[in-house]
Amino acid sequence: MTNNVVVRYIPLLLLAILWEIAPRIHFVDPSELPPLSAVLKAWWSLLLDGEGHTFLAVFFKGSLWSNGVSSFINWFFGLGGAIVIGVFLGVFMARYQTFDDVVSPLVKALYPMPKSALIPVMILWLGLGAGSKIASIGLSCLLPVILSTYNGSRGVEQTLIWSARSLGATDRELLWEVILPSALPEILAGIRNAVAISFIVLVASELLVGQHGLGYLISFLGEGGVYDAMFAVVVTVSALGFAADRAYLYFMRRTLIWRE
Amino acid sequence: MTSSGISFNGVSHTYRPPRGRPVLALDGVSLEVKDREFVALLGPSGCGKSTLLYLLGGFMPVETGTISVAGKTVTGPGPDRGVVFQNFALFPWKTVQQNIVYGLEKQRMPKPEREKRAQELIELVHLEGFGDSYPSQLSGGMKQRVAIARTLAIDPLTLLMDEPFGALDAQTRTLMHEELLAIMRRTPKTVVFVTHDVREAVYLADRVAVMTARPGRIKEIVDTKPSTGSRAEFIHTQEYTEKVDYLWNLVRDEAIKAQGEH
Repeated sequence: MTNNVVVRYIPLLLLAILWEIAPRIHFVDPSELPPLSAVLKAWWSLLLDGEGHTFLAVFFKGSLWSNGVSSFINWFFGLGGAIVIGVFLGVFMARYQTFDDVVSPLVKALYPMPKSALIPVMILWLGLGAGSKIASIGLSCLLPVILSTYNGSRGVEQTLIWSARSLGATDRELLWEVILPSALPEILAGIRNAVAISFIVLVASELLVGQHGLGYLISFLGEGGVYDAMFAVVVTVSALGFAADRAYLYFMRRTLIWRE
Repeated sequence: MTSSGISFNGVSHTYRPPRGRPVLALDGVSLEVKDREFVALLGPSGCGKSTLLYLLGGFMPVETGTISVAGKTVTGPGPDRGVVFQNFALFPWKTVQQNIVYGLEKQRMPKPEREKRAQELIELVHLEGFGDSYPSQLSGGMKQRVAIARTLAIDPLTLLMDEPFGALDAQTRTLMHEELLAIMRRTPKTVVFVTHDVREAVYLADRVAVMTARPGRIKEIVDTKPSTGSRAEFIHTQEYTEKVDYLWNLVRDEAIKAQGEH
């Protein structure tokens, strides 16, 4: 087990070494790709509100923390809203044919749309603040949640529904106690896709405009030419995305323990 | 004690697939099942025997004819008719214990009583020690015992069984037959048992209703109650063999007709 983990992270370690060496021996231009050690140093300074970094100490307003918090808020409400509304709509579509007939074509037409194309529209409608970012994330994450809930709810074994009915379940109990738990594996898989999409749209929407968030920080530092710090934020966002997926996977396995 | 006889009165059913022509699945089925009687519906696949059971369960609307249980016309599913399906239909996210108490929760039975009842049922179906297991951790025979326990928990007047042992291997099936008969001796119920297995029908049922190939009608009703002795002995008698042969000949023609349709 321990051995496996070590082996699995060897490629990452090699990449880190390469990242350190390549700029140092000028195999790549260090101003375009600062060595990893410089990036880590900048990252540390970002955590300490710019302390120990010439540029950050003078020009930097707000820390990695405060920007992280604004990003977290956008992400949380965008994704959370998408999950709540998506599950609701998905179940509703699966249960009511008329509603399905109206909504299904819209969902199917919107599904292949590039999610980032929504961002400028949301900015136009909702302005430059958090609202447009939450809406962009929410709308982008909505479709995978709707579709997985819809498929999961339609795929419920007929005999499970009949069993619950003959044991005395009401319509409401059927929904909460049979249809949703039965659809849960598919719903959770759909939400995992939504989590991945949420990170893409979060950063993209903050990159485009705004004065807050990790995406904003990346563009601010990039335009300022502070590439060590910019890379530090990029790495932070990637690590957060990776950690979110791992944590989610763990949660999903725990929740679906009955499938083993 | 309430009488829990079942009566089918001129029941027809047309199956309407989303695409294609409507198919007449059942054609004027009339059948009386007496209180505490065990009746098997025997017929080739596609003869509508399961459909008849689902209509009795109230899972599909009865369009032509009537079905009544204990004098009341069937209009929907209800806890007076317990159902056991071939695919077990256990809630996979619930443990054995949680599955068994589901119907009791719906009846608002207090928790201590529920747990006591679950324990009795777990003992009845010989699953001591598996209360906290999930269905995915059980064998087919064990799953079906949980399903039977879940249904018996709410103490229904009648038991509707749709090829309940069809997914089990031959040995497990034989053991389950014995167990079902033992359970029925302890808590007698009116049973309608759908099967395509002639031996199973003769061994378990008091009467066997043979159905024709589609559209399903009752072809003949055969008395299969052993004239003397217990069922365990019955299986070794000449009488049993003769009944099996007789019923097999009835089903055979229908099975051939059913095959010819494909």
